[in-house]
Amino acid sequence: MALPNKPNGEIDAVVNPEVVEHDVDVLIVGGGMAACGTAFEIKKWASDDLKIVLCDKASMERSGAVAQGLSAINTYIGENPIENYVKMVRNDLMGVVREDLIYDCGRHVDESVKLFEEWGLPVWKKDADGENLDGSKPAPTLREGGTPVRTGKWQIMINGESYKCIVAEPAKAALGEENCLERIFIVKMLLDKNKANQIAGAVGFSTRENKVHVFRCKAALVACGGAVNIFRPRSTGEGKGRAWYPVWNAGSTYTMCGQVGATMTMMENRFTPARFKDGYGPVGAWFLLFKAKVQNGLGEFYANSAAVKDELSKFMPYGASAVTPTCLRNHLMINELKEGRGPIYMATDVALNAFLDDRKAAGMNDKDLKKFWKHLESEAWEDFLDMSVGQAGLWAGANVEPEKVGSEIMPTEPYLLGSHSGCCGIWTSGPNEAWVPDVANDSRAHKYKWGYNRMTTVDGLFTAGDGVGASGHKFSSGAHAEGRIVAKQLVKYCRDNADFKPELKQTAQELADEVYAPVKLYKENVGLSTAANVNPAYCKPAGIMMRLMKATDEYGGGVATYYMTSGKLLGICMDLLKLLREDAEKMAAGDLHELLRAWENYHRIWCVEMHIRHIQFREESRYPGFYYRSDFPTCDDENWKCFVNSTFNPDTKEWLCEKVECINIVETDPWL
Amino acid sequence: MPSYVDPSKCDGCKGGDKTACMYICPNDLMVLNKEEMKAYNQEPDACWECYSCVKICPQGAIFVRGYDDFVPMGGQVHPMRSADSIMWTVKFRNGNMKRFKFPVRTTAEGAANAYPGQKGANLDDECLLLETALPTPK
Repeated sequence: MALPNKPNGEIDAVVNPEVVEHDVDVLIVGGGMAACGTAFEIKKWASDDLKIVLCDKASMERSGAVAQGLSAINTYIGENPIENYVKMVRNDLMGVVREDLIYDCGRHVDESVKLFEEWGLPVWKKDADGENLDGSKPAPTLREGGTPVRTGKWQIMINGESYKCIVAEPAKAALGEENCLERIFIVKMLLDKNKANQIAGAVGFSTRENKVHVFRCKAALVACGGAVNIFRPRSTGEGKGRAWYPVWNAGSTYTMCGQVGATMTMMENRFTPARFKDGYGPVGAWFLLFKAKVQNGLGEFYANSAAVKDELSKFMPYGASAVTPTCLRNHLMINELKEGRGPIYMATDVALNAFLDDRKAAGMNDKDLKKFWKHLESEAWEDFLDMSVGQAGLWAGANVEPEKVGSEIMPTEPYLLGSHSGCCGIWTSGPNEAWVPDVANDSRAHKYKWGYNRMTTVDGLFTAGDGVGASGHKFSSGAHAEGRIVAKQLVKYCRDNADFKPELKQTAQELADEVYAPVKLYKENVGLSTAANVNPAYCKPAGIMMRLMKATDEYGGGVATYYMTSGKLLGICMDLLKLLREDAEKMAAGDLHELLRAWENYHRIWCVEMHIRHIQFREESRYPGFYYRSDFPTCDDENWKCFVNSTFNPDTKEWLCEKVECINIVETDPWL
Repeated sequence: MPSYVDPSKCDGCKGGDKTACMYICPNDLMVLNKEEMKAYNQEPDACWECYSCVKICPQGAIFVRGYDDFVPMGGQVHPMRSADSIMWTVKFRNGNMKRFKFPVRTTAEGAANAYPGQKGANLDDECLLLETALPTPK
């Protein structure tokens, strides 16, 4: 056997990569739903000589959070007033949201969904008898007035295995294949040398060949998802790949924008969804479509108990909603678990059999009952097979048939995101329209609009999807719509700043050296040990990630403490992160895959630090069930019904955390 | 695991520039060993089991073996995807089998309208393509 002191991967990294420079007008960083929305829309507004390039670290056909597929579109406004959508999001996120951004998303989102259907996405419909038709059956389209299958007020069912492929296809066609650069991981956004607070470019590298790519641009979109594998997951072996959110989301959006001085908002918010245990299969369809309920270990359907009503009354007005806010649902579940009344089960058996009993009672004959059952069973399995095949694999391995036995559900480890039921992210301008509040303050960190919709506080730097903070519940369709909104603004920004000539502060070679530093470190020191992964001069990305997840889990309110932390624990967490950030400078990469992992970890560490810093600053527990501060255990509307915004100064390296006023646009009485 | 490759079926995509699985994996896990001309998953504990590689493999050489830290052995979920539908076979540990077929697309591959050449009207309002008027909050 050879000694294990050689690189792991198949594509060795070299110390001096080729450096490729690009001059473009617009750079799109990311290739998920939001970036595909931008790619589709932007040419509709740009003149033909505007140079637009998209960089995706994966392949657009299967990149981002929708890579695997989805079984539902969670935001389709349809017949509902957009104001009610704003009210729902506001209540679910405990009152502190940007209503302008949410309303704006709501007025564009259906158009995206109609486009998806036109492009070939099968959307379930109701037939004349009120029965469900799958999306391949002939029925009027949404644009023609067809009736989608609603599960909740906002969700519609789809056959969404190929959702991302279908959305990526026209995005690539519109932008031109030659302008879609795949397998290029952008790792840093770059400011202009001459004009303060102006984006001027980005640097990244190919994961397929030893090339560093340096871009100069006038405007950029950064939309590369949320952050995963930042807290120790419940499964720490192979199963840590089975993250609930896409395991490749490394917080790049937050870190790359934060580092150039973009103001962040609500970075204290996180999402710890309650999902089927271990496989992290979706529960939405089970709750909404199949009307399943959760049982505690004593067999009690605790959700409607008097004790629960008492508990919810502590969180008014939020707790009064017919649909309890997501964090409070978790809170109730965690209370059961902490009291020893676990495990919590989704009574899939009770739910499915109730459907059968209903049909029997209505006189359905045996043959039709059998057919009905087959359809129901198929719907139940499709929910997993479309978007969480791993859960189906777990049921197959464990011989679970959902009609015979319920399945355990459990709140997961925390994730950072801004498009699902969380709202951390970047502070952006709302639409430049009269109804958006005009705040008299010199700082953009306090304003709601400054000319370009979804522009961050950095000139020319835009974000969308998981990137835009304080406006959750966009989901896949809303992220796409938001990307389309940004497309138009990018073109407008380029038109208005036609004379701007971007110039970078560093030379292309200096940037390349920085990006490839982990490779140089590896090559210089690998000979110090007979095993490449254990070396006195460097650390490896895999170990750094575990170290990060251990620190956050134990001190930052992870699953180890049932999401409990405190000022004291957060202080320790920040100390650990400081050391970790220093040691991350010593991450070594022997091959291109490892270089990818090294830069993902830089992004993870930075965005986690923002998360912890915000939790430290907000002296209350705004989201019981997502996290708790033992020193400030209540949701304190009197002092904290406000945004927490933070800004990193790239020159002084100092952070400024501030309270920012939260202004209601949609009526507050009635609250819902 | 995460996905794994059956060596008797994998032909390394005949040594093309990029193997299908390497092209598609969202997490950069699938790689080709050029000496053996076989692909493999280089980081099984970073596999989301998204099945992108399984669905795209032209040889049907890629399968998934459940995560070894919580999935009992013996079950298997395997798809066959065509241009308009997907057929799933779910094999349970106890030998039971279920099959499901779902539509995946209602148009031909490549037929999605990118609206080439079509231009929006006014760059200074908030309307996007195909939109002509927008509401404001009541």
